[in-house]
Amino acid sequence: MNENLFTSFITPTMVGIPIVLLIIMFPSILFPSPSRLIDNRLVSIQQWLVRLTSKQMLSTHSHKGQTWALMLMSLILFIGSTNLLGLLPHSFTPTTQLSMNLGMAIPLWAGTVATGFRYKTKASLAHFLPQGTPFPLIPMLVIIETISLFIQPVALAVRLTANITAGHLLIHLIGGATLTLTSISTITAFITFTVLVLLTILEFAVALIQAYVFTLLVSLYLHDNT
Amino acid sequence: MKTKLACKNVYLLNFSRNSTDRVTDKVPVKEKKLMDVKLGELPSWILMRDFTPKGIAGAFQRGYYRYYNKYVNVKRGGVAGISMVLAAYVLFNYCRCYKELKHERLRKYH
Repeated sequence: MNENLFTSFITPTMVGIPIVLLIIMFPSILFPSPSRLIDNRLVSIQQWLVRLTSKQMLSTHSHKGQTWALMLMSLILFIGSTNLLGLLPHSFTPTTQLSMNLGMAIPLWAGTVATGFRYKTKASLAHFLPQGTPFPLIPMLVIIETISLFIQPVALAVRLTANITAGHLLIHLIGGATLTLTSISTITAFITFTVLVLLTILEFAVALIQAYVFTLLVSLYLHDNT
Repeated sequence: MKTKLACKNVYLLNFSRNSTDRVTDKVPVKEKKLMDVKLGELPSWILMRDFTPKGIAGAFQRGYYRYYNKYVNVKRGGVAGISMVLAAYVLFNYCRCYKELKHERLRKYH
């Protein structure tokens, strides 16, 4: 049981060849690029969704922040599609790997901080000290704000990893429990099955919400710094 | 009258059952499509295919557009286009982890 629980999270290899790159690139073929004014239904639905999300997400940004539109939209599409594909049976979810989430979070956060330091140096340094703090508390508060700044990328990555991994683990555990309970007591198995159904609905929501939260926080850091 | 004769000749050239009449017999083996290759010519046809990276990429591109234009890029496409892809993805992942999964069969004694 111990070994089986985590085998779905190891990087996939097939006859010794790591195919994890293929699995990461798989969601891209589900988003065909539009070639005409009015395309087929799949592309039209995706275009409508992208327009809706981008309008809502980028409305609060200034002109400089809106140059990040492509980055933020591709980020939310990638994380959303990867999380949703991970809910299919037996599939591998790249966002359960901390390495990948750190690889997404650190460059994006560093980009927002670097943009802030480059274009509005005084204002971004002023973020380290909230307004109206009493004079003796200033050194300690600067240290605390620095720590909270450096913890932002780690928090982004760990939040995504932990949420998706925990969801997958719960589904594995409760599904296994349902299977073994069918031979012991049918009513308990039915209750556990209902829990499994509710959990799966939650996981669909979590997959999308986590993508949204990740992107929203990156855009928030961007807003602070532009 | 002339077009009727031309149609009859085109039919005979491409679809007639005698191997002496079809047009694909006069085409060199390298340029034939798979369905026109005779069974005896199959090994030589396979060896003559383009196995460079560019050729393989071209094969994947052609396969992708063949599927895309048949099932997705149509006026009234449905869920079938994308759900076939997802079903194939599930099957691929099942084959990938079959080694670990075969220990989880429902058995009295493991």
